[in-house]
Amino acid sequence: MKAPIQFRLNGEETATFADAGANLLDVLREAVGDLSVKGGCWQGTCGTCTVLVDGAPRLSCITLAESCAGKSIETVAGLRRGADLHPLQTSFMEHFAAQCGYCTPGMLMAAKALLDRNLNPTRAEVVDAICGNICRCTGYEPIIAAILEAARLEASLGANQRRA
Amino acid sequence: MSVTVKTFARLEEAAAALSSERGARFLGGGTLVMRALNEADPAITTIVRATDPGLAQITVSSSRVELGAGVTMAMILAERELAFLHPVARAVGGPAVREAATVGGNLFAPSPYGDFATALLALDATVTLAGQGARELPLEELLGRRDRGVSLVARVAFRRPASDTFRFAKVTRVRPKGVSVLSIAAQLPLASGRVAGGRVAYGALERTPVRAKAVERALEGRSLDRGAIAPALAAAADGVAPVDDAIASAWWRREILPVHLRRLLLGEAT
Amino acid sequence: MLELRKDIFADERDDNLKEVGRPTQRQDMLGHVTGTSAYYDDHRFANLLHLKVLRSPHAHARIRSIDVEAAARAPGVKRIIRAADVPVNLNTLLSLIQFGKDDEPSLASDVVRYQGEPILAIVATSERAAREALALVRISYDPLPAVFDVEQALKPDAVSVNPAYPKNTFEYHGKYDHQKLRFGDVEAAFAQADMVLEDRYQMSPIEHAPTETNGSIAVPDTNGRFTVHTSTQALFFSLDTAAKINAMPSNQLHFIGGTVGGGFGGKVDTLTEPLAILAARLTGAPVRYRMSRHEEMQFGSPRGAERIYIKDGVMRDGRIIARKATAYFDSGAYTRLSSYAVVKCVAHIPGPYTIPNVHADVFCVFTNRTPATAMRGFGVTALDFALECQMDKDAVAIGMDPLEFRMLNAYRDGDMKAHRREAKNCALIECAQVAAEKANWPLREEFRRMSSRTARPGARAAPPQPVSPQSARAPQRISYERPAVSAPRPADTPAPPARTEPPAPPPGATHGARRFSSVFGTRRR
Repeated sequence: MKAPIQFRLNGEETATFADAGANLLDVLREAVGDLSVKGGCWQGTCGTCTVLVDGAPRLSCITLAESCAGKSIETVAGLRRGADLHPLQTSFMEHFAAQCGYCTPGMLMAAKALLDRNLNPTRAEVVDAICGNICRCTGYEPIIAAILEAARLEASLGANQRRA
Repeated sequence: MSVTVKTFARLEEAAAALSSERGARFLGGGTLVMRALNEADPAITTIVRATDPGLAQITVSSSRVELGAGVTMAMILAERELAFLHPVARAVGGPAVREAATVGGNLFAPSPYGDFATALLALDATVTLAGQGARELPLEELLGRRDRGVSLVARVAFRRPASDTFRFAKVTRVRPKGVSVLSIAAQLPLASGRVAGGRVAYGALERTPVRAKAVERALEGRSLDRGAIAPALAAAADGVAPVDDAIASAWWRREILPVHLRRLLLGEAT
Repeated sequence: MLELRKDIFADERDDNLKEVGRPTQRQDMLGHVTGTSAYYDDHRFANLLHLKVLRSPHAHARIRSIDVEAAARAPGVKRIIRAADVPVNLNTLLSLIQFGKDDEPSLASDVVRYQGEPILAIVATSERAAREALALVRISYDPLPAVFDVEQALKPDAVSVNPAYPKNTFEYHGKYDHQKLRFGDVEAAFAQADMVLEDRYQMSPIEHAPTETNGSIAVPDTNGRFTVHTSTQALFFSLDTAAKINAMPSNQLHFIGGTVGGGFGGKVDTLTEPLAILAARLTGAPVRYRMSRHEEMQFGSPRGAERIYIKDGVMRDGRIIARKATAYFDSGAYTRLSSYAVVKCVAHIPGPYTIPNVHADVFCVFTNRTPATAMRGFGVTALDFALECQMDKDAVAIGMDPLEFRMLNAYRDGDMKAHRREAKNCALIECAQVAAEKANWPLREEFRRMSSRTARPGARAAPPQPVSPQSARAPQRISYERPAVSAPRPADTPAPPARTEPPAPPPGATHGARRFSSVFGTRRR
């Protein structure tokens, strides 16, 4: 039995149908077609599926899709600022903060959740922000460096430039 | 077959739905129930949710703290009046888990989860069940029977501790976030510099959080310095039966228990 | 910061490096940070079906009965696949280069040999439907005794795990139950050594745990072919394996890989593609077989555990004069790639050191554990751990600095290795010198002046004298009784370098198999 569900995805009004009990990850990937969100465990333990729901980081694989009705969801597909990359994306590239790339969408959204409320994080705050995201390739240091750099980049932009 | 999701505005209605159906489970933050759903756990046929605003309520007075069962770890961290609980809330998962994990859910989380429940046990918390009037029962009683029957917790409450009397330590291999090998919570009020009516609880040691009553007795009337706590450390594992699991062996837990208890009591880094 | 020490071996350099030392951006980096890198599952198909596998709960059991009637009638179930449905239900991965016997079924039929072994597959309209149908399968087992320890498995009365190899060891060249390295006379050398140190090293199996689990989607194509989107690290390898198991010409398969969400060796075993393709053939629909996180952790092949015994004979002046290594690879219930790991291991013994007497026996052992596979230098990395721990212990025992100890014993150009090849382009000494410099690790003057291109102080390892052709070669060990340790072995004399060819490939085979000299142990011509 599928029920309609409506929410804002990366700023756009989106509606689809979801099975009762469906998780947000499966709805985004299978029903809506946003394949930028990745699934690693479907258990809520690896952080790969991290998205933002009303600005807060959430594990989409253990979020009941219908609980997001009417909410604002952000995925990495919406991270760019028009033709430009978000400073997090630029910084990840420059710091080689990805190898296989599978954890990257979740890492970027976890990092965005931090930078959206704190543009001057300490290293410890960055580590805490991504402590729920597993990376099997990089050893985390390039990711931490990239996020700290992105925070500096963001802070130096004016508030107007931070919006897409 | 797919599950049914039922959402109620009032907690009492949710409680009624929960007890009327064998395969019904209450969805708090989802960290446990959604995982089971994703794995097509045949035991779950109905998901029960409540949008009752009372669930997410935090009430702090000078003497008492009340937390709705739906209060998340993130909400606790956002509440300055609950700073003494921040080390506990911060120890639960990473930021995304903390946005979902609830006080109520933690009471039923199987070991080695349940760090927040361990803290509440040390704080002598009571729980109020939905649909049973205003009766409060000790958390210890709920923990003893949480695997039997159906209980829907509406809120927890405890006496607000005096400043610097509540301590918590989580022992984990992976920092900052990792599953507990062991957690210790202690509420140690002092009278003239000596422990008066202290409570100590262990998490991830047995199947549920448990009180360390031998340690409590050994600390009573003592000051918190190296010499005075020696009997308490010697009694650290008395009356508790650590479990063997994939995280740690019973032997290991028994070995490290007094070490971490000492660090907690003396205020040393963990 | 990358520092290039071009002063070292300067006269040998042809300095035309254009890319080395310069950071270069990955070609897929933009895709990674925008979420557009396509992994195998980033494709959507109408009417996609989902395949889940029923797995044995027992490490070793006979399957007494299987009843799928209720499962077949469950909502959403399109097809149940059994062992009899698999066209070629016995395979070994390296059969593609004619190495090893076919020993592993895609779906077990009468006996299960490890906990998690697939028995049947259910294809349904959703993953949930497939899981629910799995729960309706009625299956009964007669548990059998199981063996989990490599040395237990080699005892004469051990449980036999793998019918293709009844004595629990892989067979090399059709008759040898292990790989052997012989050079000089270790027992004579142990008798002369100032110190003899022996120790045992044990590794656990290691799970790769990639963030993306193993999986593939097989899609019927318009022209009778099948397109397979897969997480494999080894496209052609997996294509050929899937073609063999499905008894299809390989040109009917179109494998599309691309970005692998973490492999590390754990995505070469081709665990999902063959059944996904078979399911697509049987249903006419696209089929996805995606391992859950639990399956990946518990049943996805790990790097195999290894048990390694090392015995060193060391002189007080620092020379290692004998090294004996006995190693057991836990292949789990089936061969997969462990046969090859063992060859790599024995090729790596005794480490980068000139030792005049070397003796090694390395076994590929079958136990009732999850079959092991490749991972990051498998066959070599665990051995290196054992060898280097042993080196440290040797150094401590004779009171020598562990870095100097290694430099003293290091290969130098022209030294004869235990494999009867001359060491060339050695550089361990120079690496140690630079490492010591970076770490402020003090080295004595003579060690700071050492070079890989000059002989070691003191006697250099001379090639052992060839024995007269009439000397009997030590008999190959083909029984599991271990010879008494006390008596010195009859001369494990170095035979002339092996020039024997491997058995001729079957007629019609077109592989360039002989170029895989590391597998067959023959020299590259």
